[in-house]
This record gives sequence, C-alpha cells and structure tokens, in this order.
Amino acid sequence: MSAVAIQGVWKYFGDYPALKDISFDVEAGSCLALLGRNGAGKTTLLRILAGLSRSSKGEITILGKDARAEDTRRAVSVLGHGIGVYEELSAFENLRLFGRLYGLENPSQIAVEWLERTGLGRVRDGLVREFSRGMRQRLAVARAFLHNPSLLILDEPFTALDDRAIKMLQDLLRAALADGRTVIMSTHQLREALELATDVALINRGKLAFRGPRTQEMLEDPTWLYRHYGEA
Amino acid sequence: MRTKLIILFSVLAGGLLAWNLHTIFLKVPDEASQGAIFRVFYFHFPAAVTSFSCFFVAMFSGLIYLRTRNLRYDAAAAAINEVAFTFALITLITGMIWGRIIWGIWWAWDPRITSYFICLLMYFGYFMMRRAIDEPHRRARLSAVLAVLASVDIVIVWKSIEWFRTQHPGPVLEIRGGGGMAPGMEAPLFWNVLAFLMLETALILVRMRQQSIQSEIESLRRYAHAF
Amino acid sequence: MSFLSRTLAVASKDLRSEIRSKESINASVAFALVILLLFSFAFDPTSDQVREIAGGLLWLVFAFAGTLILNRSFARELVNDCLDALLASPVSGAQLFLGKTIANFVILMVVELLSMPVFTIFYNVHWTQSIWLLFVVMLLGTWGLTVIGTLFSAMTVNLRLRELMLPMLVYPMMIPALMGAIQLSTVLVAGDPVGADNQIWFRLLVAFDVIFTLLSLAFVETVLVG
Repeated sequence: MSAVAIQGVWKYFGDYPALKDISFDVEAGSCLALLGRNGAGKTTLLRILAGLSRSSKGEITILGKDARAEDTRRAVSVLGHGIGVYEELSAFENLRLFGRLYGLENPSQIAVEWLERTGLGRVRDGLVREFSRGMRQRLAVARAFLHNPSLLILDEPFTALDDRAIKMLQDLLRAALADGRTVIMSTHQLREALELATDVALINRGKLAFRGPRTQEMLEDPTWLYRHYGEA
Repeated sequence: MRTKLIILFSVLAGGLLAWNLHTIFLKVPDEASQGAIFRVFYFHFPAAVTSFSCFFVAMFSGLIYLRTRNLRYDAAAAAINEVAFTFALITLITGMIWGRIIWGIWWAWDPRITSYFICLLMYFGYFMMRRAIDEPHRRARLSAVLAVLASVDIVIVWKSIEWFRTQHPGPVLEIRGGGGMAPGMEAPLFWNVLAFLMLETALILVRMRQQSIQSEIESLRRYAHAF
Repeated sequence: MSFLSRTLAVASKDLRSEIRSKESINASVAFALVILLLFSFAFDPTSDQVREIAGGLLWLVFAFAGTLILNRSFARELVNDCLDALLASPVSGAQLFLGKTIANFVILMVVELLSMPVFTIFYNVHWTQSIWLLFVVMLLGTWGLTVIGTLFSAMTVNLRLRELMLPMLVYPMMIPALMGAIQLSTVLVAGDPVGADNQIWFRLLVAFDVIFTLLSLAFVETVLVG
C-alpha cells in the first residue's frame, strides 16, 4: 500500500486553479523530492497533504486514511517555512508540549532525548527567543522527529540551514528512511535533496510535469529535470 | 434566464407597489388616534418583517455553502444579507420618523428599535469582514459562520432587551397601538409585504449577478498577474 | 482523558507564555485603570447616581480590557507559524479552542480581580456578602466574553485590519451577556439582594454561555481549517 495516494487533486483560489489534476502515489519507505519553480504549487500541495488546507476536488489518502484524521496526524510530521516553536517557552518546554499534543507516553523523557540528539542538550532551559538561528532550526527539526512519524512532510527544509545543520538533518532523514519511514520534501537545494531522494516529482504551473525514480543523471546534473520537463 | 426573472419580479413589485401606494394614500382613511402618520406603518412593518426573515434565510444559505462548498450559495447569502440590511435600515428610519411625529423624539431606547440597531451593527461587521478577505472560499466560510452567530444572537438580543425594558420602562414605540387594526386597513399591509418581498427578490438577483461578474473579473485579474 | 490533557496542554502553554512575557496582562491592566480614571472625570464618582451606573462601568472596563487580551489570543500563534504546527498535530479544533478560551478566561479574571480594588476605592463601594455573588457574576460574564472573543480571534487571525475587526465584531454580539452582567452587578453594588425579577439575568448569562460555547465548538474547526 502506498503511504500517500493523491488522486485527481485540484485546488482553486476563487476561480484560479493553483493545482490542476494532480495524481501520483508515494510508496512507503521512499523519499520523494518535490521540485518546481516558485509559485508552481509545491507549498499548496504540501499544505493539503499536511491537512492544513482542503483540496477543492480530488482524493488524498495518507497512510490509508484522510489527511485530517487524528490517527493520520499523529503519524505525520510537518516542517514548513516557519519553525513552529514558541518563543516564550524553553527548548525543553516546547518539545514536551508537542510530545503531549502527540500523545507520547513520556513526553519529558523523549524531549530530553531529542534535545541531546540535536545538540541542544546544554540549552534545554533557554528560552527560544534567545536562541540563534541555527539553534532554532535544530529545535524545529527535533520537534518534527520527536513523535516518531511514519511520514515526514518537509517544505524546503534545507533552506537557510548552515552546513552542520544540513548534515544533521540529512543523517536523521537517512536513519528514518532506513527505518522504513516515508519522506516527502519540496526543495530548491537540489543537491542535498537529490542525494537522499529515491523518487522525484516536478510541478510546473500547477500540473504534474514529471514523476519517476531519481536517476544518477539527475544527481550529477541537478538542473536536468528543469531543462527537460520544466518551462523554458 | 436570470435577467428575465429580474425583470419579472421588478415589474410585479413595481406594479404592486404602485397599486399599494394608491390604496394607502388615497383609499385608506386616517387612523383614529394617530392620524396620517400611521401610514408609515404600511412600510415600516413589511420592511421589518421581510428584513428579519431575510437574515435567517441568508443564514441557511451560508450553511448550505458549508455543506456543498458551492460559492453560489455564498453569493446568495451575501446578496440576501445586503438587501436585508438595507430594509432593516428602512425599518429603523421609518420607525424614527414615526417616533418623531408621535412622541416628539428621534430616538428612544425601546426594545425593538434598540434590537434593530444592534442587528445593523452586527451585519455591518459582517460586511466589513467580507471586505477584508480576498480569497473567495475563505470569505464564504467565515461569512457563513458569522451569519449563524449573528442570527442566533439577534434572537437572544431581542429577548434580553425586552426583559431589560420590562424592568426599566421607557417610551414604547408601539406603532400598532391598541387591539388591532380595523378590517379594511389590514389588507394593504399584507399586499405591501408581498410587494416588498418581490422587490427584495429582484434586488437580490441583481446583486447576485453583479457578484458573479465581479468574481469573474477578480479571477481574470489573478490569472493575468500569475504570468 | 486525552481530550482533557491536550486541552490543558494548550491552556498551560498559553498561560506560561503570558506569565513570562506579561505583554497582554500589563497592557490590559493599564488600560483598565486608565478607563476607570477617565470615567471618574466623566461622572462624579462620589455622587449617589454613580452607584446606579457603577455596574455598567465595571463591565465596560472589563469588556474593553478584555479585547486587548483576546486580540492576541490566536495572533500570537502566527509567530513562527506555530498555528500550522498546532493544526498539523492531533489536537482537534475543539481542544485548541477550549484550551485557549480557558487561558484567556484565567488571564481576564486576573485583570478583573486586579481592577476591582481600584474600582472599589474610586467609587466608594461597600461590599457586604454580595461580593461572592458578584464573583459568580464575574465568572459567568467573563466566560461569555472569552468564548466569543476567542472564537472571533480565530476568525480574524489572518485578516487584514485584525485589531479593528475584532472589537467591531465582538461588541455587538456580546450585548446580551454584558446586559445580564451589568444588571446583576448594579444590583449587587448597590447592596441589594438579587430579587426574583433579576434572576432572569442569571439565566440569560448561563444560557448565553452555554449556547455560544456549543456554537463555537461546533464551528471552530471550520473556521481554522476549512
């Protein structure tokens, strides 16, 4: 069974179609790199997959269920453009909060574990408002991984990460994939994403322009896809 | 098709109104205690009754939008609310005119006029909110919810102000006065309710047509800007 | 049980943030004091007539000060896209809404309790046993205020002109609850017992609270997600 099944999805903003008849599947355990120019519709699609917005037409099945179902949301992790952590809470409090919201057994313990894993152990009680940018991003990553999601939806996760954070995220993603989890990420950082990707999809002006496995050719020449399937 | 409906309703409304005006001003005698000003009631009452029910109809239209996500129901709801707002304003103004003539005051905090005023405020907020949202489905969604809250609240407001005024009696702008109206005087009232309903339907249809043209322009604009 | 635990997690998150930053509480209390002061210029605080409107003054102060708090309620979630993080989590709209309403309720009650001594002093109010009943009225009235305000905070969160829209939408809708609270407060401030004809206001407050809590819970998911 596919982890994600997208069937005939359209999204209208008024009369304007942001997504036109998108259909594809994502196999469990695969890593899909979602490419496309700005304004192509990547974020719109990811938001629908994340259950943050509804499609105008079409069906989406995530892990066999509706995107908004509680079970689905518990097994899915979303990392968008914003870091999704609270400025006035400490790193520990943030993770513990999300641990509770995701129904984890030992939110405090798991929070501490993930602080260690993302290198934030020493600042566990520091307020996020005092954190540097790099530290915030690590915390965001910790929040995304903490509840052991079966599906990770990441919207341009490598943007504005420094090199150490990029490596940390790549390692975490590799470990997750090795564990049989599924990853969908949209990206402009072609190199970092294509290294991890098993599959690739290209969205062009709201339509699916390409869907297939990631080839060696794509890895060696990251703009290959755009040249062949994207607009001029 | 819609144009034909609009014309049909307008003609019927116009004709009926003209005939009613003739009856009201020429045929019906002056009312016993209040005199000529009582005729304002023939406009005040239909406006009040029709606008009030229109708000509830609009609420249902909004709920149907939430169920079907068809923007036409939102367009209908907005148009109905706009017309209802206008006629609620007419209710208020005719009530004020009557109050001025009979009681010598433009305003009195009696239950009905106060409730209508609050209703107008709530729907003014409704229109302001609609103007602040560009995306049509979001606008439709939030409008539908707001309309439900407003309609429920109108009922509560009405009752609570009545209770308030029973405890703090003030001048009661009860236009109807005593027991009822003499038989011959009631008929034009109901005819005018009918006339108002037809007029409102015509106006609603016109508004809906304007809205669909407007939304087409907006989407064309969006399309043009995307490239 | 997890319904409650998630609701409380949201509520405690809001309260913790507020206690640390104190942005809403400080602004709100300052605003309340300023209004009380301004009213004392508009009306002579020592005259007996003021007793009659004291209840009204009190609730106007609470309503205005409350708006400052309620405006921030969902708006604070926009920072860092936290609202998206919450909506993507298993938290339901109802839990999120209820958690925030509870937090807003607590914060507003704190503001009100801090304003009360000032009000008592400015307007020479003599409290007897009526203080406990007044507390009940405050609980009921404040809940009505926060339920409506939190729902509208959710509705206006992404709106242009949010700070203007929220008061404009909330105040007319609040009128029945304010009326009930004002009536009861006026009676209690005057030191009179709440008679049979005033009990209707208690019933109104309770009915208002119940109806709008249920309506809000029913619609909050639609408002937030679609």
